[in-house]
Amino acid sequence: MRKITYCKALNEAMSQEMERDPDIFVYGIGAPDHVKVFGSTDGLVEKFGPDRCFDTPLAEDAMTGFGLGAAINGMRPIHIHIRVDFLLLAMNQLANMVSSYIYGTEGKLRVPLVIRVIVGRGWGQGFQHSKSLHSLFAHIPGLKVVLPTTPRDAKGLLISSIRDNNPVIFMEHRWLYWQEGEVPVDSFAIPLGEANILREGEDVTVVATSWMNVEALKAAEILKERGIGVEIIDPRTIAPFNDELIIKSVRKTGYCVVVDNDWLHCGFSAEVAARVSEKSFGLLKSPVQRIGFASTPCPTARHLENVFYPNAVNIIRTVEKMLKLSLTDLSNEEFYSHEKRFKGPF
Amino acid sequence: MNIALYKKLFLLRKAEEKIREHYHEDEMKTPMHMSMGEEAIAVGVCHALSVDDQIFGTYRSHAIYLAKTGDTDNFFAEMYGKDTSFQRGKAGSMHLCAPESGFMGTSAIVGGIIPVAVGAAFANKQKGNGKYTAVFFGDGAIDEGVFWESINLASIMKLPILFVCEDNNLAVHTHKSLRQGYKSITDIVSQFEFNVLSSETTDVELIHKLACNAKELIDSTQKPCFLNLKYYRYLEHVGIGEDFDRGYRSKDEFLKWYAVDPIALQRKKLIEKGCQEEEIQKIETDIDNQINNSIKLAKSAPFADECILYENVFA
Repeated sequence: MRKITYCKALNEAMSQEMERDPDIFVYGIGAPDHVKVFGSTDGLVEKFGPDRCFDTPLAEDAMTGFGLGAAINGMRPIHIHIRVDFLLLAMNQLANMVSSYIYGTEGKLRVPLVIRVIVGRGWGQGFQHSKSLHSLFAHIPGLKVVLPTTPRDAKGLLISSIRDNNPVIFMEHRWLYWQEGEVPVDSFAIPLGEANILREGEDVTVVATSWMNVEALKAAEILKERGIGVEIIDPRTIAPFNDELIIKSVRKTGYCVVVDNDWLHCGFSAEVAARVSEKSFGLLKSPVQRIGFASTPCPTARHLENVFYPNAVNIIRTVEKMLKLSLTDLSNEEFYSHEKRFKGPF
Repeated sequence: MNIALYKKLFLLRKAEEKIREHYHEDEMKTPMHMSMGEEAIAVGVCHALSVDDQIFGTYRSHAIYLAKTGDTDNFFAEMYGKDTSFQRGKAGSMHLCAPESGFMGTSAIVGGIIPVAVGAAFANKQKGNGKYTAVFFGDGAIDEGVFWESINLASIMKLPILFVCEDNNLAVHTHKSLRQGYKSITDIVSQFEFNVLSSETTDVELIHKLACNAKELIDSTQKPCFLNLKYYRYLEHVGIGEDFDRGYRSKDEFLKWYAVDPIALQRKKLIEKGCQEEEIQKIETDIDNQINNSIKLAKSAPFADECILYENVFA
């Protein structure tokens, strides 16, 4: 099958859907400009015109309510933010308006609104351009929260999100934009609310979100050389959250590590740990371990940022401790780093 | 025409009088933000709109709900939280909605509904369906940032939308002079790509004309319209009582406005134009019966099954 980038997959999903349904439109700060949201909106304004792909004032709050109003009137808006952090300006609309409109009208009105947001990292993004916040959104009933990792998921899940009659927050990690993978040319949908086994293994279950799946895959390769089989489960949709594959995997391995691309306290990792504890307590050979951001705002200088973010080494060390293994010699390993690729500014 | 306006005015006033009569029974367990005093705005504007035109409001929406829909069965069923309301008790007084009558929703965060109306107007424009959108809010809502974002947006997009500011000088209990660092909202909105109209009248016919004028301006200029209409809130911010003894406003001020009460004013005009007292009384009795019947139905209706708690979180 042909391989394309995660970014191209997002672009293809929107383009194919817009061709299929004239009610879909794309908007956001910079949506049609020369940067094209890092390439993800390439060709849309040229192909579908300025009524269906347009720029907006810096008015995140109103532009979110605007999407809600268009959605209840039969349109299917896709609102784009180049950083998740900006979505905090729209929290009133998200938490008070968007999330409860269907419920308050007893299902008479529908809200087919997609909010694409990019999670930033590296090259000095600092504490206001680097948040993930998926746990915050997933906490609120009435919002769906999707975090695709692979290019295939990016396309299939975005198509499902666009076709969904509910508000969906679709979270894209900036570093994943360059990931390449096999993606069908034709339109296809991956249902929301289904996890994915990214890699099979017998010895330890790693549940990872977004970019952390890339780190987990690297850790799994290294651990494989020591005969440890790591099974990686990517939940993909954290609201609604279907834990079936995770529980099945933990029942098989008896060990569970959660690697979340977020802070730990009151976060999605705690939800996973609670579910695993509730549903497979007797089969756990060790307490669930959680790995995530340091409990600090994200610093700017690279040497501090490197400590702030968890990585494959943290995963390897956690698994070794759990399984009571000696430390692997990692001195000759080359770890994936987007620092070499990501030169900023965004 | 004049009678039609009076019927609506009387319906709005009577429905809220009935709420005041029954509220102490503690069966309507929902915070009431009463519309009394602003009926001419709701009726005048809504009467200028067709069934298909769309309106949005805040928690203080009894008047616009009744003016747009004419319904009292569903209205009281929702006040009583009963299964016979289409919202089945999930919404209450603060979140009234009636999409089939073009009443598209309300928010208890007062500015929160404004951009939603702008988005609805955008969809109507895109679809070319000719529908007007009107959004009702108080002068408190214009203190919220999203109001400014929304008028800016409606200006840029040249949307067929009517912003109706129900201006009573108060946000909860705080006078405008303590909240607003500018003299005139209409002067400021005039600096945007907006048509701006305003009035201090309580005469429903004049407000109706103004709203018709607003629609024409929206069409001829391809710009939105801001309609600033003054009124006096008769009752407390939330609840069914008067609060003239609380120190933040005076009864004299109320009496000044009550002398030109919109319902009494329109009734007087009808009589002056030759309408018979009996005819008016017949209208009033019919409306009274309609409301009494709606309340009776609501009281005797069942509550929804508890399982609906979990339904319609998602479509």
